[in-house]
Amino acid sequence: MTTSSSLVYLIALPLVGATILLLAGRRADKWGHILGTLMSASSFAVGVYQLTQMLGRSNEARPVTQKLFEWISVGSFKVDAGLMLDQLSICFVLLITGVGTLIHIYSISYMSHDHDRRRFFAYLNLFIAAMLLLVLGNSYLNLYVGWEGVGLASYLLIGFWNQKPAYATASKKAFVMNRIGDMGLSFAIMIAFATLGTVSFDGIKAASEHASTAALTAIGIMLLVAATGKSAQFPLQAWLGDAMAGPTPVSALIHAATMVTAGVYLITRSNFIFDAAPTAQLLVVIVGAITLIFGALIGTAKDDIKKALAASTMSQIGYMILGAGLGPVGYAFAIMHLLTHGFFKAGMFLGAGSVMHGMNDEVNMRKYGALRKFMPITFITFGLGYLAILGVPPFAGFYSKDKIIETAFNAAGNKGLILGIVTLLGAGITAFYMSRVMILTFTGKSRWDDDAHPHESPLLMWLPMAILAIGSVASGFLLSNGNALVNWLAPLFAEHEEEAERLNPNLVSGLALAVVALGVAIAFIKYSRQEVAAVAPEDVSVFTKIARKDLMQDAFNEAVFMRTGQALTATLVKTDEAVIDGAVQGVGSMAMGSGSVLRGIQTGFVRSYAALILVGAALLIGAIWMVTK
Amino acid sequence: MNSLTLLMLLPLIGTAVIAALPKSNETLTKQVALATTVIVAAATIAMAVGFQRDNVDLQFVEKYSWIPSFGINFSLGIDGLSLVLILMSTVLAPIVVLAGWNEAHGGRWSVKVFYVLILVLETMMIGVFAATDVFLFYVIFEAMLIPVYFLIGGYGSGQRSAAAVKFLIYSLFGGLLMLGSIIALYVMSGAQGGHTFDLAALSQLQMTSTTQNVLFLGFFIAFAIKAPLWPLHTWLPDAAESATPGTSVLLLGVLDKVGTFGMIRYCLTLFPDASKTFTPLILVLSVISIIYGAFLAIGQKDLKRLIAFTSISHFGFITMGIFAMTSQGHSGATLYMFNHGFSTAALFLVGGWMISRRGSSTIADFGGLQRVTPVMAWSFFLAGMSSLALPGMSSFVSEFLVLVGTFTRYPVHAAIATFGIVLAALYILIPVQKALHGPTTPGNEELSDLNLREKIAIAPVIAIIVALGFYPSPLLNVINPASAHVIAQMGFTDPAPTNGDK
Amino acid sequence: MDAANYLYLSVLLFTIGAVGVVVRRNAIVVFMCVELMLNAANLAFVTFSRINGDLNGQVVAFFTMVVAACEVVVGLAIIVTIYRSRRSASVDDASLLKR
Repeated sequence: MTTSSSLVYLIALPLVGATILLLAGRRADKWGHILGTLMSASSFAVGVYQLTQMLGRSNEARPVTQKLFEWISVGSFKVDAGLMLDQLSICFVLLITGVGTLIHIYSISYMSHDHDRRRFFAYLNLFIAAMLLLVLGNSYLNLYVGWEGVGLASYLLIGFWNQKPAYATASKKAFVMNRIGDMGLSFAIMIAFATLGTVSFDGIKAASEHASTAALTAIGIMLLVAATGKSAQFPLQAWLGDAMAGPTPVSALIHAATMVTAGVYLITRSNFIFDAAPTAQLLVVIVGAITLIFGALIGTAKDDIKKALAASTMSQIGYMILGAGLGPVGYAFAIMHLLTHGFFKAGMFLGAGSVMHGMNDEVNMRKYGALRKFMPITFITFGLGYLAILGVPPFAGFYSKDKIIETAFNAAGNKGLILGIVTLLGAGITAFYMSRVMILTFTGKSRWDDDAHPHESPLLMWLPMAILAIGSVASGFLLSNGNALVNWLAPLFAEHEEEAERLNPNLVSGLALAVVALGVAIAFIKYSRQEVAAVAPEDVSVFTKIARKDLMQDAFNEAVFMRTGQALTATLVKTDEAVIDGAVQGVGSMAMGSGSVLRGIQTGFVRSYAALILVGAALLIGAIWMVTK
Repeated sequence: MNSLTLLMLLPLIGTAVIAALPKSNETLTKQVALATTVIVAAATIAMAVGFQRDNVDLQFVEKYSWIPSFGINFSLGIDGLSLVLILMSTVLAPIVVLAGWNEAHGGRWSVKVFYVLILVLETMMIGVFAATDVFLFYVIFEAMLIPVYFLIGGYGSGQRSAAAVKFLIYSLFGGLLMLGSIIALYVMSGAQGGHTFDLAALSQLQMTSTTQNVLFLGFFIAFAIKAPLWPLHTWLPDAAESATPGTSVLLLGVLDKVGTFGMIRYCLTLFPDASKTFTPLILVLSVISIIYGAFLAIGQKDLKRLIAFTSISHFGFITMGIFAMTSQGHSGATLYMFNHGFSTAALFLVGGWMISRRGSSTIADFGGLQRVTPVMAWSFFLAGMSSLALPGMSSFVSEFLVLVGTFTRYPVHAAIATFGIVLAALYILIPVQKALHGPTTPGNEELSDLNLREKIAIAPVIAIIVALGFYPSPLLNVINPASAHVIAQMGFTDPAPTNGDK
Repeated sequence: MDAANYLYLSVLLFTIGAVGVVVRRNAIVVFMCVELMLNAANLAFVTFSRINGDLNGQVVAFFTMVVAACEVVVGLAIIVTIYRSRRSASVDDASLLKR
């Protein structure tokens, strides 16, 4: 294994940027955005340098480590602040810093009218640093620091405009639901330490070979809980839609391209655990399958362009999780879909931001329409992303999504059949709702508000969109040409035999394309051949109503967890005052009460005191006499 | 600096200087108090530098005969545990003085009296952690109540007298039980080799398990009240609500630590068998404290009471770590004591500034402070992040150590306690949202941001929190030998990884 | 003569004094009754001294006399002060300490 002293700069550069920007305050308003972008770009440069170094080494020597210092050491619990860059993390490093830098550039223009732009860039830098720590940490505890760090950055960025109460609530909701996932990660680390005696990736990998299946299953399930929280998977998915309260570049970077994919990273990174714990692996697949349909269904009913894209993100990550749950054969495809998704979804979010920029921050697609003529560049870049997510050849999604569908079909037994059908169905629904977004936004007649004056966005905004659009077109081909990514990642995963093909790959592709075409056609008939109302119609089927309410996810959480929690809190507060403190105060009152009874004896009359003394003395003498008699 | 007695005398010298100053010159009084506490802090740090980390015996030992006819000595000595706590106390003291520069105004008595009380309290804070004579410990343990009683009752707000009396009587009650146990120990020592109050000698006493259990309870209840552990906690919210922020910092940050310190130093050392007997009960109480304190904190409408309840939750973690009897749990608990001092200090001090500016401690009265007073809001936010144990903050290291250490021996307790981290997110983010976010509500538009003095006071606290979050080794290196020593004395070893079970 | 007779007399005097203290209202009379009780005790002491044939009882009697003298000084002063302020020497009027 190779060591390097420059890994730390990947994290340190954006971290220093964030610190300077936060501490300098208003003084940095003039140059803060430039510093932030430079820091992110230089981190990208370090990443590229590391990649070139890595390419020059043999497979075994590719992973690079760096030990910074001894972080925590108590008894046998020893954790170094150590970094590790291998074939998997370099993919993430380049995605995070690359897309991150593009989004920094985009934000310079997008946020130019915001009073607090410097603070925004500080948070973005903080996020980049935390996310890099997440993918570079060499143990679960180091990963945990980055894991919660991105949670913090996400909280700060969702609540960037927290003067609006709804946005502040959205950020809090995201943090709390993420914390539930984080709890899962805590459990995983605790179980790992208690059973395997270590928390580092290498240590657990080595120990997992002779560990009990029960322990590994427990760790795997807890890691899955962590992944569901961070990656907005069922049942911890409800925060992602509300997270769209953040500025659009944030949605593109954190809630589409990078942070929400951390769950996929976690599962892929822990492949040695899941490979040895079939139950946990099955649960991963189930969670992925449920979420990919769940998100897609929500996507069909959303009129808010960002929430529609968020639902799509949830669904696409469902594909990745499902892919990762298929075991060694699926990890590489999950990562491939993650990378291509990073390009096309970030591009589409930036496109949505561009549309909002031109439409007075309107997010309701029913008030868009006919924007193709006014925003040609946005239309083209968004359209390329659209073709990519649909999986139309030769765009990026075709290579990554089809592979997941194919692998799902190939899984053994009924599982393969079910998963194959679910992924196909998801592809069809995706085609429907993405076409709906496309049609409502860019074609048809204009349904704008009177004061809307749509215009194309400036260079700093469309340039990143264009670059991401190129990625949406080319990345799939490049990554899968000659199995480039699969071979690149292969040394990290367990070797596997080629599984028997249930269906011919070409047939799967054909089926997928047919389903996609069907979805597009339905959307076309429904939204292009008919007039679209500028106000969402109310006389819709009960299914639409439920889908609009995010399949009742919030209603369920509120009824089951929030209300019970609030009731419990209120009861406990009352109990504390009445019962526990009541007992304490009761002892005090009892002392005072007995005092007030006894003081009645004190009449103040000397003669009665004298009589009492006399009686007392007589009794005493009598008693002594009785005893000594 | 190598004499604990001298260290204890330093604040008293400051007291004498303040007493000699004219009453009218309040600024000079404050400056003298600040200078004294800074000198004490510097002296303690100098002492810590000279501390031998790997030596588990008591260091800087001193012994003077005090009441020879009862075998009572004025004897002092510190190990890693005491050193860390003394360090925390003396570093917090100047911060409290500087942060609460105007706290003494509006009290029943003069500014002079306020600082005399603070400095006397500082002397006792050093003494209570350094005492190695049980009687001396008891005297300081009880005497510490007096300055705090006057600080709450004389300089607090709201129902200050009632809160002060409740605090005093509740604590005295616990002290009384402890006194009973101490006398019993003394009497027994007479029958087994001569009357003594020396801790090391008393720990060698032979006694039946019943005796040990009864005497253990005498000590433990006193410490559980002090700590405070559910259900003996109800004095704390009242006291914290009424006390000035600075007093609250000393009360929760330092005085309450005497409880958890006592559990390690006295309960475990004097009654190892009884400690094992009661461990299941204490662990349950700790877990209840963690969850219960968190729920109560969520339900509070008053900022100071909220912080007090978060502390009850945190003390649950500390007690759980102590009685988990693993090196991670024990070191984590000790580190937690240190970290909790600073994270609570940050919360109380910034919260106190918010309250004194707004003139109300009701959370709902605040709103949108992030836009009006960014530095104050950020300080509060960071303090809150430390309280919810965000990784990168010092409290994360200690909380995680406690959890992981407990998990290896008592997985169910640790698992339930882990739910506390979700509740922690709620009890911090709810006040953060209400007070700092949202639109600026009427009455908050004109609030002023932190001034230079306040920035200087809060900066070291936050710096310590962040620095120890990333690099806790300096403290852990001091704590680990002491913890390992206690665990070994109790006859425990860390559970081995169970992976061989396959 | 049988020394026990002196003891009977002492008991009688003590009882008269005790009853007087409890039933009389006038402070001077109460005071006199207290003196009567003290002297009854003195008589008993002296008698016991005689019976036992040593001086211990007589010594104690002297002590009692000294105490009684002091008590008279303080007690009379109090009574005079009360009388001055209240124009009455009834002990029932001076019940301000109750409750």
